[in-house]
Amino acid sequence: MTFDEMKGAGGEVRLPYQAFSNWFDSEDPKGLQAKSREADQLFRRMGITFNVYGDPDATERLIPFDIIPRIISAREWSRLSRGIEQRVRALNAFLHDIYHRQEIIRSGRLPAEMIARNAAYLSQMIGVTPPGDVWTHIVGIDLVRTGPDEFYVLEDNARTPSGVSYMLENRETMLHMFPELFQLNRVQRVSRYPQNLHESLAACAPPACTDSPVVAVLTPGIHNSAYYEHSFLADQMGVELVEGHDLRVVDGRIAMRTTRGYQAIDVLYRRVDDDFLDPLNFRPDSVLGVPGIFDVYRAGGITIANAPGTGVADDKAIYSYMPEIVEFYTGEKPVLENVPTWRCSEPDALAHVLDNLDELVVKEVHGSGGYGMLIGPAASKKELKAFRKKLEARPSNYIAQPTLSLSTCPIFAKKGLSPRHVDLRPFVLVSPNGIDITPGGLTRVALKKGSLVVNSSQGGGTKDTWVLEEE
Amino acid sequence: MLGKTAGGLLWMFRYLERAENLARLVETGQRIALTRPDREDSEWASILATAAARDAYDAHHDEVSGDAVIDWLLRAKENPTSVMACLDAARMNGRLVRTALTREVWEAVNEAWMAVRDALARKVSTRDLPAVLTTIRQRSAFVRGTLHGTMMRNDQYDFARLGTFLERADATARLLDVKYYVLLPSAAGVGSRLDNAQWEVILRGVSAESAFRLAHGRSSGAAEIASFLILDGRMPRSLQFCYSKIGGNLEWLERTYGLRQPCHDMAEDICGILRRATIESIFDEGLHEFLQDFLSRNAALAGQIETDYRFAA
Repeated sequence: MTFDEMKGAGGEVRLPYQAFSNWFDSEDPKGLQAKSREADQLFRRMGITFNVYGDPDATERLIPFDIIPRIISAREWSRLSRGIEQRVRALNAFLHDIYHRQEIIRSGRLPAEMIARNAAYLSQMIGVTPPGDVWTHIVGIDLVRTGPDEFYVLEDNARTPSGVSYMLENRETMLHMFPELFQLNRVQRVSRYPQNLHESLAACAPPACTDSPVVAVLTPGIHNSAYYEHSFLADQMGVELVEGHDLRVVDGRIAMRTTRGYQAIDVLYRRVDDDFLDPLNFRPDSVLGVPGIFDVYRAGGITIANAPGTGVADDKAIYSYMPEIVEFYTGEKPVLENVPTWRCSEPDALAHVLDNLDELVVKEVHGSGGYGMLIGPAASKKELKAFRKKLEARPSNYIAQPTLSLSTCPIFAKKGLSPRHVDLRPFVLVSPNGIDITPGGLTRVALKKGSLVVNSSQGGGTKDTWVLEEE
Repeated sequence: MLGKTAGGLLWMFRYLERAENLARLVETGQRIALTRPDREDSEWASILATAAARDAYDAHHDEVSGDAVIDWLLRAKENPTSVMACLDAARMNGRLVRTALTREVWEAVNEAWMAVRDALARKVSTRDLPAVLTTIRQRSAFVRGTLHGTMMRNDQYDFARLGTFLERADATARLLDVKYYVLLPSAAGVGSRLDNAQWEVILRGVSAESAFRLAHGRSSGAAEIASFLILDGRMPRSLQFCYSKIGGNLEWLERTYGLRQPCHDMAEDICGILRRATIESIFDEGLHEFLQDFLSRNAALAGQIETDYRFAA
């Protein structure tokens, strides 16, 4: 039985949605259709588009926006944010540990090969402590819901989580189109995020910084699918948006080429993967990074956010150990549950997965964006057979999870409200001053009826996400 | 500000200005074609020359025809400086420097691109041409308006304005140079009938027919037109006007950065030339020679600004 976040099991409107529901019932559907088209126009005008990889003819696309908000009560949010904070604290402690004494391996809670054989583990980071001991300055925790009080963490995004510009622009769009809704509902604001991000990054300035910290955003460039977000965040923070070729090492600092000459950067919010960060230390063919930046980093000349090597913490194989990781570093039971996960590298688990392939979701350990995954219940016999072959050939490349009955939230379809599956990615900032969670996040919605895949590359859309104020 | 950003701002506004000037040229050519069909082909040829597009056009066409020239200048995929290509480049530069633009300016350039892309999605019919050309001119003007209304008067603004006026000075000088022979005193010898169609091309090309009549009356001749477009500081597309703006924006940059650069001396030289020139001295030196010298100085200044403010590594 699927849990719908607006209509409870008995068909009654759940409490957080009551004011919205009354408003909706009094609205003319035709007017709302027009508003829905207007939203589309707004997004196009603002240029919030993304490029689709692997299709040279494809023009820029919009991620579809649904005008029905997803509403979370203050009580629900307080438990969620407690769980998120605990998890993010554990992630940072874990990252420090595995690049230093590796106590968790010594204690036997995590097999050594999970780290040793992990492609995202950067041996160059061994013994390095980033400024303020902050590893994941920006985190996105992907959550799914299956019941009134049942939330699961689906994924931890500890590298360079994207989507926060949608959280902010979706809210702006709703404020613009339906101001009256914000009089009827007291919605916690998200608009402080860019300022918080700026402050949080500045608080992690490196030892070499002597003045007010200079922050910059590093983008792979205009052709990257998330370029809009990179420029949006730089703009909102009032900092420079730089590319690798704007930067070079000057007097032991990373400096950007300005109209007045080279100016040192203290904190670099990079949206470039580890591999491409420094052609001298990592991939020699990278043109996106800065030669020598890693040496400057280790010498305390710059802060890189997120720290290099954090990818090891959001690997799907490590994910399966998160309950142990949380308990090991916080001494508490995890507030948020993990989705039960079978590691196909283990023979017993593999046998179970192969026996139940048509009921499970199977994912690549290092995959992202919904590519290369199998949704057993939705797959044809042929697809199952083909996937079984891939799985048997490289079992350690996969994990499997039960098909969760994801909660639904209504979208505004042609014939009125219609339930669709959703997930949620709240955004978390970490600095020496603490952990800051923006009340809300990015709700992704599978626009196809019955579909469980919410990724924008696979036909997903987004919604504004409301966290209501305490009553 | 990043050097790259300064370059992006300058080029965004250069491309917008270029798109607008191209639209104006096409408008002029179309008007001649409709009112003086006997001259049509030679006019389209000179319009291609003014747009510096003749060689590229010839590489793809066997003959000059109105239809083909219009399509070439507005939207041909093979033409890297068509109106559509200019709008693409302006928006691309706008995205590149998004953090240096206000939301209004960015949305204006993004919307300009969307509107022009829709207008030029397929070949433009004769009936639709006036509306399409109006769209291009209005969209460019709208971006400029948002710049005036919302941008801080700082170095970002200066680089944007430099782009506009470097391009505009280039376009006006080119237009005059392609037509210089009809402005020479010998072309309108005693008793010969003045060729008004040629003059109309020049004045329409800078949207200045009525401004010129207002300033000089109906009876004035070639020297007044040349003087109007080169030396009249009130005329917003004249070389004099463009350089008073370029000089001013460079002066602000000098003051903002507390640093005088080689480009400042170059601009001062050009301003000096325009200030000292009279229309008689220009004709004595040779109008064509004067314009050629101006065009090469203008291009050299653009290059020097690029170096002095570190647009590229």
